[in-house]
Amino acid sequence: QLSLFRFTLKRPFSTSHSSVDSKEMKKFQLLAHKWWDEEGEYAALHSMNDIRVPFIRDTLLSMSSNYHLGNPLSGIKILDVGCGGGLLSEPLGRLGASVTGIDPVEDNIRTADQHKSFDPVLAKRIQYKSSSLEEIVEESMETFDVIVASEVVEHVADLEMFIKCCSQVLKPEGSLFITTINKTQLSYVLGIVVAEKIMGIVPEGTHEWEKFVPPEELERLLESNGFSVRSVRGLLYNPLSGSWSWVQSTSLNYALHAVRAGAPAHSHATDALPETDLQQHSATAGTAG
Amino acid sequence: SSAAMAALRGRALLAPLGARLRAGPRAPLRSAASSPPLYDVVVSGGGMVGSAMAAVLGHDIHFHDKKIALLEAGPRKEHDHMPNSYSNRVSSISPGSATLLSSCGAWDHVCSLRLKPFRRMQVWDACSEAMIVFEKDDLDDMGYIVENDVIMSALTKQLDAVADRVEVFYRSKAVGYTWPLPSHGCDTSPWVQVELADGRRLQTKLLIGADGHNSMVRKEAEIKNIEHQYDQSAVVATLHLSEATDNNVAWQRFLPTGPIALLPLSDTASSLVWSTSHDHASELLAMDEESFVDSINSAFWSNTNHSDFIDTAGAMFRSAISLLKPSGTAVRQLPPSVAGVDAESRAMFPLGLGHATEYVRPRVALIGDAAHRVHPLAGQGVNLGFGDIACLAHHLSAAAFNGSDLGSLKHLLKFETERQRHNVSLIAATDVLKRLYSTTLAPLVLLRTWGLQATNALPPVKVRI
Repeated sequence: QLSLFRFTLKRPFSTSHSSVDSKEMKKFQLLAHKWWDEEGEYAALHSMNDIRVPFIRDTLLSMSSNYHLGNPLSGIKILDVGCGGGLLSEPLGRLGASVTGIDPVEDNIRTADQHKSFDPVLAKRIQYKSSSLEEIVEESMETFDVIVASEVVEHVADLEMFIKCCSQVLKPEGSLFITTINKTQLSYVLGIVVAEKIMGIVPEGTHEWEKFVPPEELERLLESNGFSVRSVRGLLYNPLSGSWSWVQSTSLNYALHAVRAGAPAHSHATDALPETDLQQHSATAGTAG
Repeated sequence: SSAAMAALRGRALLAPLGARLRAGPRAPLRSAASSPPLYDVVVSGGGMVGSAMAAVLGHDIHFHDKKIALLEAGPRKEHDHMPNSYSNRVSSISPGSATLLSSCGAWDHVCSLRLKPFRRMQVWDACSEAMIVFEKDDLDDMGYIVENDVIMSALTKQLDAVADRVEVFYRSKAVGYTWPLPSHGCDTSPWVQVELADGRRLQTKLLIGADGHNSMVRKEAEIKNIEHQYDQSAVVATLHLSEATDNNVAWQRFLPTGPIALLPLSDTASSLVWSTSHDHASELLAMDEESFVDSINSAFWSNTNHSDFIDTAGAMFRSAISLLKPSGTAVRQLPPSVAGVDAESRAMFPLGLGHATEYVRPRVALIGDAAHRVHPLAGQGVNLGFGDIACLAHHLSAAAFNGSDLGSLKHLLKFETERQRHNVSLIAATDVLKRLYSTTLAPLVLLRTWGLQATNALPPVKVRI
């Protein structure tokens, strides 16, 4: 059975620059078996699918001219960074995408693998790997059409390196989707004090306010590393209804869509990409505070 | 009775969600090699409602690559053309239900087989002159009388059209269901296991129970059902009218023993639905044709149950209304008289009320009579089932387009809330009407007389009905 205190890594932990924070890993280790309880500790993440999956799906649909009935994301290769128990990988897989889910916590990957194993369609479409983003860069240069980093960047140790790695594994003009939490007074009060300590919406200790990322900083880092930010939208969780909605303000949670610049990193011909429609995704860019 | 009504409304609003995750027998661990085929949706019960559910999902754009199975204990039913005589089992199909059948392409087949639109409904009391007429202002059809066989035939055709997605198992009765354990942290199969009579097994991510008022799905899921047997049976028959007429009115008269209804089938034929005591029903079946026809005509035309008191009181009320609202009293039309009955078309079946306290569990949903059983006096039975389908299909379609697990309680609960809200009031109202009209006691007759007359005069209430 899962021992809560067992803590193993496939490879020795690298002391050089890594985007993985060992303290963060320990936190998620303890809850590895709770991922798939829809009303448990991760209830808010489960219900976040109702908003982040349509966001990803509709953005990608608007950028492509193909549509496969019943499988809107068919033919798209997605990397789900920090996939946890696979909560987001599975719906993306059901929509037809080929998903690679990576997470540094081995127990998470084990849970994710076991959960997908009962569904032959998902078992084929999704591959999980216990790994950090840096560790897969070399073998996955320009491999993915889409990277999804949902509720992840507020846990990484080195955000700029994380973004650079994203750029390396993404195909030119590939999409990057990020959802995360803003660093504001409001997010301290609501995101930490209320959500963790008072209402238990998020397991206590999950987040550290110091590591929250304001959208301006994220945008700056992205733009200076070869990305073009297409949209930033505010998100709000209603604890009474247990559901998420889009809001004008990005003071709390927000979602971001960016596209990697077109010039390929290598001279060899890349896969023929569909003519992407470079229109601004219709969303308002919020401001902090 | 009021306790029962209260229980009808109390859909476990107070019960913790965890109670829903209680499961039946443990699902055995299966090795991949011996795994039964896995479907996205299995519909148990191939009647009108089950077949329509499978057909609607099969035609849904977001179910294009999904696997659906329909389990039916009986044989395949299809007609290219209908026999000359009418079947004695007919349904009153509302325009909303017609729209649903249209959405999966079945309505066209119904129209090309046969159906009878009606424009008007006249409902009146045997104990007074009170009457209510339902009619649409724009002379559109209020509804359609369609033989159940016609609907089944149309649905069978449309199921054939999506055979790549929907697999229909005829002569396949489900004999057992095994529920998954609560989802988090287990090594056993998360799917519902279905066992058929011939030993075959299926697995499914969502089981839809459309297996009638004695639903096995509901019983095996241990969902509590509020039920009540009425001391009534319905007698059905196919009748021949004395003379050909436009026949686009549905007639219903409330007798103290129960309502008698005449539903138009053609210019010369109508379908009878007569709800009455078990004994009287048996008598009606046993008597010779002539006596049977006489009983029907007498039920519609005789005034023996009138009392002067009630008639006077009713007349006064009517004058009062016509002062306030001149158009509020409609012209009474006379129902057609009956000349004969189709041999072999007389039949009877017992009536009851039923309502499941929960329509859904993880990976399970109930629709149609499995969820609710109602008295035929309102002609609503199958329309409620079609309404369930429209609602459930809407939520499942959205869930599929979001990549969600189809068996997830989240969207199933939305379906349950919407439908219970709609169904409970209608079922309760139907039950109240049935009881109200089952008496000759003067005060209650007066109450319903005035009530009926008032309802007839008030447009908002009528429209809602």
